[in-house]
Amino acid sequence: MADVRLLQGNEAVVEGAMLGGLTFFAGYPITPSTEVAEGLARKLPKVGGKFIQMEDEIASMAAIIGAACTGAKTMTATSGPGFSLMQENIGYAYIAEVPCVIVNVQRGGPSTGLPTKVAQADTMQARWGTHGDYVAIALAPQSVEETIMLTIRAMNLSEEYRTPVILLMDEVLGHMREKVVMPEPGTFKVVNRTKPTVPANWYKHFEITPSFKSPMASFGDGYRFHVTGLTHNEEGFPTSESKKIHDKLFKLQNKIMRYVDDICEIETDGMEDAHVAVVAYGNVARAAKQAIQMARHRRMKVGQVRPITIWPTHDKKYHEIFSSKSLEVIIVAELNQGQYVTEIERVAPKHVKVVSLARFDSELITPDQILNKIKEVR
Amino acid sequence: MLQKSDVIHQYLRPKKAFPNVWCPGCGIGIVMGSLVRAIDKLQIARDDITLVSGIGCSSRLPVYLDFNTLHTTHGRALAFATGVKLAKPKMKVIVITGDGDCLAIGGNHFIHAARRNIDITTILINNMIYGMTGGQFSPTTPSESFATTSPYGNKENQFDIPKLAIAAGASYVARGTVYHVTQLDELITEAITKRGFSVVEAFSNCHTYYGRLNRAGDAVKMIDDMKKNVIPLKAAAKMPPEKLEGKMLTGVFADVEKDEYCDRYDQLIESLKGK
Amino acid sequence: MTPKTKANEAHESAKPAQVFDRFEIRLSGSGGQGLVLAGVIIAEAVSTLDGKNVVQTQSYGPEARGGASRTDLVISEGEIYYPKPMAIDLLLAMTQESCDLYHGGLKDTGVLIYDSHLVTQVPFARSIGIPFSQLARHEIGLPMVANVISLGAICAITKIVSEAALTKIVTKRSPRGTEEKNMQALQLGLKVGKEALEGSKL
Repeated sequence: MADVRLLQGNEAVVEGAMLGGLTFFAGYPITPSTEVAEGLARKLPKVGGKFIQMEDEIASMAAIIGAACTGAKTMTATSGPGFSLMQENIGYAYIAEVPCVIVNVQRGGPSTGLPTKVAQADTMQARWGTHGDYVAIALAPQSVEETIMLTIRAMNLSEEYRTPVILLMDEVLGHMREKVVMPEPGTFKVVNRTKPTVPANWYKHFEITPSFKSPMASFGDGYRFHVTGLTHNEEGFPTSESKKIHDKLFKLQNKIMRYVDDICEIETDGMEDAHVAVVAYGNVARAAKQAIQMARHRRMKVGQVRPITIWPTHDKKYHEIFSSKSLEVIIVAELNQGQYVTEIERVAPKHVKVVSLARFDSELITPDQILNKIKEVR
Repeated sequence: MLQKSDVIHQYLRPKKAFPNVWCPGCGIGIVMGSLVRAIDKLQIARDDITLVSGIGCSSRLPVYLDFNTLHTTHGRALAFATGVKLAKPKMKVIVITGDGDCLAIGGNHFIHAARRNIDITTILINNMIYGMTGGQFSPTTPSESFATTSPYGNKENQFDIPKLAIAAGASYVARGTVYHVTQLDELITEAITKRGFSVVEAFSNCHTYYGRLNRAGDAVKMIDDMKKNVIPLKAAAKMPPEKLEGKMLTGVFADVEKDEYCDRYDQLIESLKGK
Repeated sequence: MTPKTKANEAHESAKPAQVFDRFEIRLSGSGGQGLVLAGVIIAEAVSTLDGKNVVQTQSYGPEARGGASRTDLVISEGEIYYPKPMAIDLLLAMTQESCDLYHGGLKDTGVLIYDSHLVTQVPFARSIGIPFSQLARHEIGLPMVANVISLGAICAITKIVSEAALTKIVTKRSPRGTEEKNMQALQLGLKVGKEALEGSKL
């Protein structure tokens, strides 16, 4: 019989993490993400996993990277202020190619902002939060049940591509309770990192292979490699040779961008003959879907585009999605002053108008708001 | 000496190109020698040791040694090390850090690692100044000393590292200097052996910046002065306070038995089995 | 969102544009009255036992600790898109303040259920008053079970949750030692709810 439960979004992260094989969590209490830490503090030690409450978010991010270097599957969870504090070490995870998952249950900002209110204003921070060049992977679930699956997927992508992955939630999703049917073990994929098979003296921890994927040994496996945040050569030793610097950064970019077909999920509905498209991600996609149903009831041709992987952007896929000749206007609805809309403007055809539906007063965008915008633009 | 040097060579990374980043005469190399001799004496397998460091001159040390090595962000070595240790408690985790890295930007992680009493050995190389960035004052720069950011003399006070570490909860706290190498070897050996959070302050010289800005002389003079200015704790106990003024005390400041964090967590896991 | 069951699919295809197949409940009052828990109980009962879909949301933060408190439920046989209420079918108001604050969100065909001891000015015609707080204090002897009495009343008046499911979840969620009192409270709520419905013009 199906296992039906009523779960909070944050509890769904916990369930997903356990199903995905999480073994290590470090975090610091912050509203509205705290239930993730509370759940894992209870569950991890029961299966021999480790939970630690660190002294701040900087330390939390550091601890999961350290743990991941020993082979652990790791996660931290936070919200805006904590996400800002983590950024330097998230950058470390990019350059040192360390798998880990960062859950950001978004609240209003900037600064302390609105601890108990919803926002999607960290969309760009998820992409560009730390300094330097890198490619981010960020996923945005729209429901509690999808949160379970995307938590597992975030862990899988991070292990597959040796990179941090951000799960971008929001306050409403994190706190709301919804009916979920728990996934049966064996019905979903769990990815474990690829370990090296070569002898120790052949092993290069940051090898640049034709596929840009490189196996990852753990501390204690007998390989005794060096890991550093300094730009390094394939062995991990700091380098100032321009060719090696270029090769390293080229790898960081291409190890992700070459696999956008696998990484990027974009859900579409009714785009073939739509005059208006509504792009919305995360929780807001549900208001969009409701509004589109209402619009279609009024015989308006409106399509929906829901980026599930919000970073990186799959340019080619968007070109296809927006290729219909009937398409005139794209509405991008989001709980910020217009962040993702700039990305959609970049990938939309020149003749299609892109308009922003931005709400930043700590309330959800309502279906009526979207419906009114649809009426206004068509 | 030849024999000691041989030991170090056995532990150097074969692929890593020398020379190292340190100035000629820098005491950090002496600390590296002590660390290697301690590990060699204890006969710990290389695969079972992880060196973790932050940013600064001292934090470049792990790259030269043939262990698992993690060179992290500024101040955060202990937080990374906590992750390594808790995820793999059998690993001997040794943090190499400096006075700026550990006590300024990383001060919070230092006191909390000590409070948890997690089994990490911290070798805090104290040269009383930021070397890598060019001679700014640090939390251990003496009051009224000169640095590039204290051109009129330092108006702040120093941390007393042993007192700080003891107050925060460390199990083992010691101080040595790069002049008293035999003692430093012993202190590091004891610290690694200790189950719990252990701190060895290794007092070192930065003649390039501290020495130059404070007319303290070259490397030889600064290291020689350590001999004159140091009093072992045991001797100090029998001396009147006025004789200790301006002197640096060395030796073991604390060595206590208390429950270690990873052990307690493992006991928790054990107690939850079947529940 | 919850996956489509066969029943859901059939339901949807029969009514293609049935976007208003939603029953929306707001439980409101002041912090400490146990309204969020009451909302969670309904949500758990309708989803895990009655087989419906549900989304439960609530106000968090300073406003959730003392002062006004509320929780919202959207219940549907089909998929629930927008997770928050759009037009409320049932408002439970356990204080005058919450009644004043939220009655505007009721749809014309909606119903207001209020604590007739604490709400003296009733702003909405389609309403049923029951003295939940007084019943809890005097009939059960435990003021904190007013929320459970209201659950019984909601069940009797709206039938949105089955009595069997509600009974099961109230039992499951009762703190140890209070199961009996809570059952009494639920039974009382079912009884007074039924009587009030029969006596009302709804």
